[in-house]
Amino acid sequence: MNKLHALYISLQEKGLTPEQKRMIEHELQLVEKAGDIPFMHEMGMPPRAKSLYDWDDLRLLQNATPPQLVAMSSVHSLDHLLERDRQREEDGFPRKIRVGKMMKSGRDGDDKVVVVPTTVEEKFIHDQVQVNEEGEGEGEAEGGAGEGEEGEVIGEQPVRQDQGGGEGGAGQGEGGSHELESNAYDLGRILTEQFQLPNLKDKGKKRSLTRYTYDLTDKNRGFGQFLDKKATLRRVIMTNIALQRIARHQQIDTQRLLISPRDRVYRILSREKDYESQAMVFFVRDYSGSMSGKPTELIVNQHILIYSWLAFQYENQVKSRFILHDTEAKEVENFHTYYNSRVAGGTQVSAAYKLVNHIVEEENLARDYNIYIFHGTDGDDWDTKGEEALPELKKMLVYAARIGITIAENGYGVSGKSEVERYLRKSGLLEERSDLLRMDVIDKESKEGRLIEGIKRLIS
Amino acid sequence: MELISQHAKKIMEGCKERARDAGLRFQDQSLEYIVTNRDLLQLSPKIMIPTLYDYWVQDVEVLKGQGRYELYPNNPYETVINTRPAISFYNDNNPDWLNVMIFYHVIGHIDFFQNNLFFRHTWGYDFAGRALSDKRLIAKLRSEKGRWVDYIIEFSRAVDNLVGYFDVLASLTKTRATGSAALLDFYFDIFLQRDGQGTVTHYVREIERYNQMLRDNPEDGQLLFLETVKRSYAEFESLYEKHHREKKPTESIDLLQFLMEHSKFLNKEENRWMLTVMEVMRSTSLYFQPQIRTKILNEGWASYWHEKLFLSDDRIGGHEVDYAIVNARVTSMPRVGLNPYALGMRLFDYLEDKASKGKISFDYLMLQDKHERDHYDSGAGKGREFIFAVRENYADSMFINSFIDQDFVDLHRLFVVGKRLNKEKMTWQYYVKSRKAEDYKEMVTDSLYHPPSIKVNVDESSTLILNHVFEGKPLVREYIEATMLGLEYLWGGKVCLYTSEPVPVKPQTQQPSLGPAVKQEKPKQEISWKRFRYTMSEKKLFRELIDVHG
Repeated sequence: MNKLHALYISLQEKGLTPEQKRMIEHELQLVEKAGDIPFMHEMGMPPRAKSLYDWDDLRLLQNATPPQLVAMSSVHSLDHLLERDRQREEDGFPRKIRVGKMMKSGRDGDDKVVVVPTTVEEKFIHDQVQVNEEGEGEGEAEGGAGEGEEGEVIGEQPVRQDQGGGEGGAGQGEGGSHELESNAYDLGRILTEQFQLPNLKDKGKKRSLTRYTYDLTDKNRGFGQFLDKKATLRRVIMTNIALQRIARHQQIDTQRLLISPRDRVYRILSREKDYESQAMVFFVRDYSGSMSGKPTELIVNQHILIYSWLAFQYENQVKSRFILHDTEAKEVENFHTYYNSRVAGGTQVSAAYKLVNHIVEEENLARDYNIYIFHGTDGDDWDTKGEEALPELKKMLVYAARIGITIAENGYGVSGKSEVERYLRKSGLLEERSDLLRMDVIDKESKEGRLIEGIKRLIS
Repeated sequence: MELISQHAKKIMEGCKERARDAGLRFQDQSLEYIVTNRDLLQLSPKIMIPTLYDYWVQDVEVLKGQGRYELYPNNPYETVINTRPAISFYNDNNPDWLNVMIFYHVIGHIDFFQNNLFFRHTWGYDFAGRALSDKRLIAKLRSEKGRWVDYIIEFSRAVDNLVGYFDVLASLTKTRATGSAALLDFYFDIFLQRDGQGTVTHYVREIERYNQMLRDNPEDGQLLFLETVKRSYAEFESLYEKHHREKKPTESIDLLQFLMEHSKFLNKEENRWMLTVMEVMRSTSLYFQPQIRTKILNEGWASYWHEKLFLSDDRIGGHEVDYAIVNARVTSMPRVGLNPYALGMRLFDYLEDKASKGKISFDYLMLQDKHERDHYDSGAGKGREFIFAVRENYADSMFINSFIDQDFVDLHRLFVVGKRLNKEKMTWQYYVKSRKAEDYKEMVTDSLYHPPSIKVNVDESSTLILNHVFEGKPLVREYIEATMLGLEYLWGGKVCLYTSEPVPVKPQTQQPSLGPAVKQEKPKQEISWKRFRYTMSEKKLFRELIDVHG
């Protein structure tokens, strides 16, 4: 906290416009309000009990659970649905299917993406009057029965912390949703085919996809380097059963077993193909106070889509690294943490860029990989002129295959006037290095379609 | 899906006899099916109607935000459907006693479907049969017109909550005044008040004169009165004729019907098939309307009867404990939440008790003394009769508004739960907000199904005008665009929607405070209502502020 204030004061000395001052103070306030509790304004609506119309006979009387519709088992497959949706666009109506997805980080880093085709049937219906955007204050009244004086507290429920976490638009129906498990590769395929994302351009410098290693993995009968005792014993027994030297329900006299030379099973040194990853993707995300809520959701959703698209393009030979930053940057282990972490701090973009450069340099990644860097931010930067961020960015441009910066406006500042956007435009890098550096500015209310549009802009 | 076994059917026939003896009235035939999970998978997207038309949305998970039940005026998971004969569904492994309990519950529903006046328009036909022919019709159209059938279904479904349900009911029940009565209505309601003419005293004098004539000539006082009117106003009759001719409905609340009748686009020769699709959507929606408007009554009625009938059934002795477990799950009042089964059943019990003690009477209402009130019993003994009348004539909103009173709230220790955020502990706190009957009633009323009231009209430039009647709630804004897009297509021209939206009133200029120690309480944000016009023209939506809300 003190560090932040110190930073603030030093920035003030360098001179700030009132607008910038306001933004920084806003973030400081958020830190102040929340302390270390990062979910202060992530609560959304208060929880609700079952509505009057959620009770039904089958569930109550017959104790049945609502069936879980698996989209694949129904008449239309996902491809069919998406094909129909594409047709809609041609007929002049907006798309209706949303490919909701969630990332499940499995063991051994195998991230699973669950694709849930969802839709909404829009109608004129009444809405609740939402007085307070941040969901503070009172929730809606509900019915109750039993003891308790007026005013007495009868129960508490923790504000859910991981709300809005992985469910990018997945349903909230009871008993889970209709899932169609898939992996990132499939989602990438769908995105590429159905939403006509561009294919990756051949960069001209093909790297070898494979290399060979030698290992004692193959098995061989008769000769080899290393006797596999268990497998050998099994073969011996089989041979002897075939020769009727072992009968049922009788003691086996191991002395009398015959051993054929072919029964000996060895492990033998063999050549193995070892696939090498082709692409390294850095996902960089601002997780400062001002990002919370909508901007974060937009950024992580877009990053899932980009990740999936790359997974498809590189046939799963993608490695990804996840970096979060506020005024400092840190690398996190998996997408899950990347997705869910929140903090209330200030913002310095340069810290993240520095870390990326550091990792690339230290691990000598530029030699072996196509490096992609995708950065999501709300556009705030305390380093208002990009004095520190721009040099780092230039360094990145030397080795990166593509840098995509997404600015999801948080709605506090003036649209199109965020710091990052301003100094990027001013620097002229966007035009100069348009082959490598792209920027996309989306507003707070953007939908999935807009995100995919943004991806096209970032990667085409 | 297969029919239930003969063994179970025989037991159920026994149940029907007992239910009839208790006074329930329903058609003799009924169909009972065993359903597996696999069947339910196909049934629930079709709202348990096995013969409903196919539509691709049934194959996709539909997002229903919390509290957005208003989107779907039907229950996807019902155990009995209002068809002729009524069809009910049973798990494949239910024990006999449970099937008996369920079947009594089902009988309660069937009795309700077939006697409650809000279902009146569904009495004349079998919905399953109608749905089957509609399904075939849509399949046939789909083979000719392809995906355009689905667009029409989609756009019609987008406004299928705006059907003139009450108009349909009214047309079945209302007897329009004719002859002299109609002339009389015209005289007092329109003629005397035309162009702001006539004074109040004159109006009152005329009424008095009419009453006097009726008193003098009980037989033909009305006709005599009309004669005097015709004598003093020569133009009276011609004005009446003219008014009668002009009386065309200019404003409607049945959007789908309005479109079907007045849309030039739909009535083009090549587009007439769309009307058939729309009519299917409309009649389907009308069919489901009473269901959602009588949830508390219907479930309460069925629960009331399954309890009464099951416990007096001599055939299932020994299963009282098993029954009690299931019954508790169905009819216990949750600590927090609103269970329509429990609330409805308790209200019926309460009303029966009240009516049989003669407490639904003027005398009782006038009593002030608490002791006397508690022990009041006129020996009227008409409890059953009274609740049968309620099941025939009421819908949820009337039921709740008429009968929830302080005695009922106290009896079952009901209260309104409030929720507030405890910032220190980061929890939602549930607390007892109020135990007043008025507040409880308001809370229940608020949670009832209530589609927006939107009046439809056409202006001179043949723009479709939708006027959303302000009831203290805005429309869900993100849905407006897609809904209006479909309307523009069906109307074949520009569509305007007038609606009210809350606009936050900026609090007095407040500088963001700096410095960690200063913590300010956020002032409660105030809103004011503003009227907006949404215009959908050539697939583009514009929104503009038109005036300050009154």
